[in-house]
Amino acid sequence: MKSAVILFPGINRENDAIAALKQATGTEPTLVWHGDTELPKTDIIMVPGGFSYGDYLRCGAMAAKSPIMRAVAERAKQGVTTIGVCNGFQILTEAGLLPGALMRNASLKFICKNTHLKVENAETRFTNLYGAGEIVEYPVAHHDGNYFADSDTLDRLEGEGRVVLRYCDVDGKVDPATNLNGSQRNIAGIINEAGNVLGMMPHPENAIDPLHGGTDGRNLFKSMVEAAS
Amino acid sequence: MSSNDFNSTPITPELVKEHGLNEEEYKLVLEIMGREPNINELGIFSVMWSEHCSYKSSKKWLKTLPTKADWVIQGPGENAGVIDIGDGQAAVFKMESHNHPSFIEPYQGAATGVGGIMRDVFTMGARPVANLNALRFGEPDHPKTRHLLSGVVEGIGGYGNCMGVPTIGGETNFHASYNGNILVNAMTVGLADTDNIFYSAAAGIGNPVVYVGSKTGRDGIHGATMASAEFDDDSEEKRPTVQVGDPFTEKLLLEACLELMATDMIVAIQDMGAAGLTSSSFEMASKGGVGVELWLDKVPMREEGMTPYELMLSESQERMLMVLKPGCEDAAKTIFDKWELDFAVIGTLTDTKRMVLKWHGEVAGDLPIDPLAEASPEYDRPWEPTPKQDRIDPNSISAKVSHIDALKTLIASPDLASRRWIWEQYDHLVRGNTIVRPGGDAGVVRVEGTNKGLAATTDCTPRYVMADPVEGGKQAVAEAYRNLVATGAKPLAITDNMNFGNPERPRIMGQFVGACQGIGEACIALDFPVVSGNVSLYNETNGVGIMPTPAIGGVGLISDLGHHATIGIKRDDSALIMIGAATGELGQSLYLKTIEGREEGAPPPVDLGAEKRAGTLVRELIELGLVRTCHDIADGGLLVTVAEMCLAGNIGADLHLPEAGSEVAWLFGEDQGRYVIATRDPDKVLNAAGSANVAAVIIGQAGGDSVVIDGGDKVSLSELRELNEGWMPSFMAEAV
Repeated sequence: MKSAVILFPGINRENDAIAALKQATGTEPTLVWHGDTELPKTDIIMVPGGFSYGDYLRCGAMAAKSPIMRAVAERAKQGVTTIGVCNGFQILTEAGLLPGALMRNASLKFICKNTHLKVENAETRFTNLYGAGEIVEYPVAHHDGNYFADSDTLDRLEGEGRVVLRYCDVDGKVDPATNLNGSQRNIAGIINEAGNVLGMMPHPENAIDPLHGGTDGRNLFKSMVEAAS
Repeated sequence: MSSNDFNSTPITPELVKEHGLNEEEYKLVLEIMGREPNINELGIFSVMWSEHCSYKSSKKWLKTLPTKADWVIQGPGENAGVIDIGDGQAAVFKMESHNHPSFIEPYQGAATGVGGIMRDVFTMGARPVANLNALRFGEPDHPKTRHLLSGVVEGIGGYGNCMGVPTIGGETNFHASYNGNILVNAMTVGLADTDNIFYSAAAGIGNPVVYVGSKTGRDGIHGATMASAEFDDDSEEKRPTVQVGDPFTEKLLLEACLELMATDMIVAIQDMGAAGLTSSSFEMASKGGVGVELWLDKVPMREEGMTPYELMLSESQERMLMVLKPGCEDAAKTIFDKWELDFAVIGTLTDTKRMVLKWHGEVAGDLPIDPLAEASPEYDRPWEPTPKQDRIDPNSISAKVSHIDALKTLIASPDLASRRWIWEQYDHLVRGNTIVRPGGDAGVVRVEGTNKGLAATTDCTPRYVMADPVEGGKQAVAEAYRNLVATGAKPLAITDNMNFGNPERPRIMGQFVGACQGIGEACIALDFPVVSGNVSLYNETNGVGIMPTPAIGGVGLISDLGHHATIGIKRDDSALIMIGAATGELGQSLYLKTIEGREEGAPPPVDLGAEKRAGTLVRELIELGLVRTCHDIADGGLLVTVAEMCLAGNIGADLHLPEAGSEVAWLFGEDQGRYVIATRDPDKVLNAAGSANVAAVIIGQAGGDSVVIDGGDKVSLSELRELNEGWMPSFMAEAV
């Protein structure tokens, strides 16, 4: 099982991504520099979190134009499992691999805390080891996680089962009070039409070890590995 | 000034004064130079001899601090301290203030404070793995407090979050004495290999001097001088001297430097912090006993028309100065090109022991190095000891409100209310190694790839130091020690960030001298040496000084993360045990301040022998796996401590009252050297305490969903949580 982690200048959660992928695949992921134009042979592509290019333009906008992103888009089109977390999600939306955009949190503040999430679709290659409607707990750490898309797009996402994760409380209640960053319809993670590209704001890679205080994130990585093998 | 004016600008007494040099000091300048300095040289003397860079008022006393232990690899004097943590690895850490800039421009001041301290750590070859801070603001009602707090917190987060270094701990106080001078102290802990630590002593005549990082602009000129003077009403005009941070560039600089450090090309490296190119080049040369020729026209510049004076004094951020091995320039440049950072050879090492500044071939300055760097003025400022205050007799305080009401008031007070609003704005999880998050006694990060943990904390109780600098100095060190122990860590070393008022006032100087004495005594008794530090004086506005605030940053090692402790009561905990003796110290306590409205009395004394015995016992109990729940007793006393443990674990407790003596003193006294632990095995704990000659007594039982006193008066955890968590968000949401 091979995985690749894409590195842009300013990415800073590659360490966490590498640990999670290594735990799930049993092998070291290959690190791919943004300036490269070719991807190695890989079963999983992960675009990690951080502040690519300092987020000085719109988050993810500059990284989306990096040479390597052409290769990533190509592979994604071929059906390779591709996950973008946090800044990675922003990059995938900017690159047009996922619909919508991530705006500044409604509170206008950076938020780092654990949050509960409802697994809305447990039939994806990212979530098939979770139960339908299962409540999981991952941390978030972002300033711009406020998911926005027009209502037609949102309806379509919902209709096609492409809303994978939603912010909720411990009992699975999804409402404005449990919407931690102002996202439309509490959306925390979505997949593309083909179902092989996932973008999400929360950090499953920071919930993979009992010492993290929880291991709910493990099944997300394990799901990807099982689906890809 | 045009660039070739530097020999024609007349050096008038006014100009000398503007540069912060007094008559005596200027006489010394003339003596050292053997002639009148030109403007560039005057500027260099000015920053090198500023209080901030020269430690001229504090040096005499800092030298008395204990700095040695078997595990100390590098004590004070380098960019950061270095301690051995076993298995070929070292922890590299330091705390530094950015007080004056943060008051003038809170976001940038705090951000560049964080950026600066991280550079101090990675310049030594360490990857930063944890940030902490120690913040003091004016009273909540002061019109500036919200603006400053919100800007500082955003600045710290803005920089640290982008860098990908988790901010795992800190402390925040409010007090009127900081109304005109807030304190922003930032600490970074890094990890390095013991055989790959980098120092700043330049060596190798003819070796290239290389500049890397951001371009130099006009920001921060005279920042060090600003930090060495009192504020007045015009201080806001100094806004242009506050540097502007670029964390993205620093992230690139970090990665590029670590990549270069993995090769064998660097002889010496030093970050350009306060006093920029001047201080870095002089320090490197002075430590290495060599001379330097700098070609200032080769410095990468952000703006056109910059002068040698500006280039030498700029405090532009995200820059490093290195001496490379000869012939390595091209290979090193390749790394910086990859990270899209400037790389310029701007000089060479000479055997003259002089700093020669060249500007398009012309000499723009020529100064001897040692007299500026090493032989800077050192003052033995007159000082007065702080008069002792009387101990508060615990029986003189009778409860005006019920104990539960007092708890409710205290836990919602600005001193004790939850700081969640602050630390949720900091990414405290990035890198995936955070084991104990903010909100406990110390933050803990795993040493990557091992089962060991580094614990870190920042501590000081300024009201104790104000009342008795010696006991307060001891207490700051002892509390850092205790907070590390409470996680199960062995305390190893500290960094000190000494924030005081104007040292030219004997009373203030007396506070400094007393605090140094107390810190020194505690360091020796607890085997907890000082390995790095920073001094910030002149924290005064219009003649009003801050409370003396020697903030202590402590670092400890957990040898097996399988056995560590957190403050939250756990499901299988039954008994609550207090470790350490209670004597009922209410002087300077928060109870006295908040409930009685009195800030007075002798602060609690610190018995360093008992502190060491209790600390050793508690750490051993945690290491043995007998204790997984531990919290030190600090601000607010026993009842507040237990309430915090209940809130963190969401499990209640019933607390017994003593059969005799003052209930107020028992519940709210701030006696030192104490912990509350929760355990399912109280007998084993009590036996171990008995053999270790440490006082230990069962104080209550864990369980339920309330904090109860002697089976009667109580408050539910949900009410308590609302009080504790509610204050800061609603305070910050109020319109200014």
